[in-house]
Amino acid sequence: MRSLGRFYLIAVLVFLYTPILVMMAMGFNASPLYELPFSFSTRWYEALWNNSILLTAGMNSIIIAVITAVLATTLGTMASVALSRSTFRGKSFLQIMLLPPIAIPWLITGTAMLIFFYWTGIGRGMHAIIIGHVALAIPYVVLVVGTGFRTIRADLEEAAMSLGSTPIHAFFSVTLPLLYPSILGAALFAFAVSLDQFVISYFLATPGFTTLPVQIYSSIRKGFTPEINAISTVLLLGSMTVILIFARFAKPGDTRDKR
Amino acid sequence: MQNDNLTSASERGPSDPRVRRPLPSWVSTTALLMPTYGWLTLAVFLPLLTMLVFSFMAATPMGKAPIVFTLKQYRAFIDQPYLIGIAFTSLLIGFWTTFACAVLGFLAAVALARSTFGKTRELLLILILLPFWTNGLVRIFSWTMVLRENGFLDTIFHMVLPDAGSIGFLYTRYAVVVGLVHGYLPYMILTCYIALVTIDDAIIEAAASLGARWWTILFKILVPMAAPGLISGAVLTFIPVIGSFMEPRILGGRVGVTMGTVIEDQFTQAFNWPLGASLSFTLLAVVLAIFGTFSGVLRRGTAA
Repeated sequence: MRSLGRFYLIAVLVFLYTPILVMMAMGFNASPLYELPFSFSTRWYEALWNNSILLTAGMNSIIIAVITAVLATTLGTMASVALSRSTFRGKSFLQIMLLPPIAIPWLITGTAMLIFFYWTGIGRGMHAIIIGHVALAIPYVVLVVGTGFRTIRADLEEAAMSLGSTPIHAFFSVTLPLLYPSILGAALFAFAVSLDQFVISYFLATPGFTTLPVQIYSSIRKGFTPEINAISTVLLLGSMTVILIFARFAKPGDTRDKR
Repeated sequence: MQNDNLTSASERGPSDPRVRRPLPSWVSTTALLMPTYGWLTLAVFLPLLTMLVFSFMAATPMGKAPIVFTLKQYRAFIDQPYLIGIAFTSLLIGFWTTFACAVLGFLAAVALARSTFGKTRELLLILILLPFWTNGLVRIFSWTMVLRENGFLDTIFHMVLPDAGSIGFLYTRYAVVVGLVHGYLPYMILTCYIALVTIDDAIIEAAASLGARWWTILFKILVPMAAPGLISGAVLTFIPVIGSFMEPRILGGRVGVTMGTVIEDQFTQAFNWPLGASLSFTLLAVVLAIFGTFSGVLRRGTAA
């Protein structure tokens, strides 16, 4: 039974990784029509290097992801402090209101944003995409930082206050340093959510301002070229690196008291 | 702004009488919560409300044309009967994707919980979850290279049977389901795994020592006890799948017409926003009905 289980897990991993590895390999295949047999070439990476449309879109994605990470982490951490440290009426309602951005299909949220931003004159483009991405990332930040809060003992802050510290000073000198790993993890999470986000960006992008996933989508629909494989490989390795860093900082099973 | 207040507060120190009398706690709580909920209101709640209003309009408001309100957008399924077929296709794709994810994912979670230990298990869990965090679009695009005629699948198949025809099935509904299963399987494995690791080994050992066969253990112990994980995994797979539009377009080609692609068309091609809005709300009603039905299970699932 035990070896059967391991064999099955390997089969699942093969299923999960086959398309990803095939895509990476095809980026190094000389044929523009993905024809086999395989002949090694780096021409698609050279073509990518000269493809200013894809590179600009990639740069846009990174800029938006950084801005989203900063804004969502700041706002989400503030909300998380209030939700974790105080009790008030309507708190569980507010916690439920964090779910719609995650739970409603992005197609619906994205088209709703398109209608609203168009109708109010906010318009589409970079600012609209940032508004959308931050809204999607905030709930994740609140959840990750909230989990961090649960590992910190509230009595440390109380001890600081009983020794004469103000609540705000106690928070910034005692609680916040203990929270840093969670906050950093939340920021990386927000960065990754934004970098990979396609649906919202798709409805809010303009012909003059797109992000990498939107550009990849229109390239796929126009007809594939292995340049897409090349940039997808770069993107893939980029998000995997971010996630591995995230996994290092925020161990999901780590519930020890931090002192 | 807030920072300035802070530094001055700590400089004044605890002896300053103004600091001794802190603000009432509701003020600071509101100040901390306002930016987040304000942002969510602007970016999510007001847009959804606006879309609800749009779904009752007769046509996309353009220029100075008067806005006429009507219920006809919600009659779309009666006026355009082909939509019923498309809705049925979407539900079918959603059902098969969820079913395949549940079976494959549950078994993988059982294998993970019962045949691996320590570092190996940790490594396998990371390997399973890693693809989940890669760009969904890129993963779907990868499948086109595997499933197309003379693609990777055919190449492997022809190594075994050189003279056989093509078994590539890109641009079919099966291709759409394969792509979607690939996208949501890691999620299902995770929710089932979390539910399974809480089961006490002693229960299974007791059942086995009393003569229970493996299928008895599977269906009488593991499945019922891991049901919350299975259900939350199923809900969290089904909901994004019935709203998907990029996967059916890329992998389904001509046959990949779902509610998702119809809604997308209303916004990007047909410019019939009210119809797109009413179809979105119909879809949202389905989503909310599913959440409502399983909310108890989902809440227990997140609390555990």
